[in-house]
Amino acid sequence: MDSTTTIAVVSIVLAGITTAFGSIAPAMSEGKSVATALTSLAQQPDASATITRTLFVGLAMIESIAIYCFVISMILLFANPFWNHVIAQTAGK
Amino acid sequence: MHLTPDEIILWKCGVFKINATIAYTWTLMFVLAAGAKLITCRLSHEMARTRWQNFLEIVVTLILKQIKDVGLRHPRFYLSFLGTLFLFVATASLCTVFPFYKPPTSSLSTTAALALCVFVAVPLFGIRRQGLLRYLASYMEPTFIMLPFNLISEVSRTLALAIRLFGNMMSGEMIVGILLTITPFIFPVVMTVLGLLTGMVQAYIFTVLAAVYIAAATQIHRPKHKPEPPNPILKPATP
Repeated sequence: MDSTTTIAVVSIVLAGITTAFGSIAPAMSEGKSVATALTSLAQQPDASATITRTLFVGLAMIESIAIYCFVISMILLFANPFWNHVIAQTAGK
Repeated sequence: MHLTPDEIILWKCGVFKINATIAYTWTLMFVLAAGAKLITCRLSHEMARTRWQNFLEIVVTLILKQIKDVGLRHPRFYLSFLGTLFLFVATASLCTVFPFYKPPTSSLSTTAALALCVFVAVPLFGIRRQGLLRYLASYMEPTFIMLPFNLISEVSRTLALAIRLFGNMMSGEMIVGILLTITPFIFPVVMTVLGLLTGMVQAYIFTVLAAVYIAAATQIHRPKHKPEPPNPILKPATP
């Protein structure tokens, strides 16, 4: 296996692993925060405006962690610096 | 498939290139500025108002209320900065309903520029409110050991602001693009609707985070033992 193939295989596999493992923790914490918000909504329906607003902001902040992983996968797949380097070297030969 | 609209080049002359990001940013800026100018040139104090004036008043009052909720004392002073951020990001994501439009916020350069604006504005507002020395002293807040961590957090939260907005907008575009090749009939429409919602939430979050950073920088440190703030849950809820 030459270096080009190795880089391609490693990039593709790692792109999948990054998103897969990176979404575990945000998924669990989003579920937990929604569950807690529902509990407090049932206890204090009057405070629904505050709870919902805080919940949405918190969810988006948690979700951004998964989005960071997604950005890294997208960089690995579509704008991979190592791949570009190897391609440039092969073209130069 | 384009990762960012930076790669779509509309016009090129020597070293000068106009890519889709620049074109759409300037179009949005022009539409926003010209629209605001057109609407505000005939304001009325009477009961009879134009629809557009009502709309603008709703938008401005909403932004003012949100800024106030975050904890900034004089929301009108910060309205021009935070409101502009919100309106730009929100319009950029709302305009995705038009075909052939790519939101300029799905390019990292735009979001980095917006985050840099926040990065510069926070110390400026802080120094204006507290004075240079007291603002600088606030970096050594609990103890002076925290100085490097405070500096790192200043940079990392700017980075997080930029990447969060970029990632959310780019992923929305990307998912619609991928789904178009797999299930090209109904499902992309649903994801586009979801993208509109995410765009609005991200615009809100970008503004609220900028407001929180400004509030943290402009807060004047009082002696400890201050009275506890009233419990927000016990407050009479607004309908």
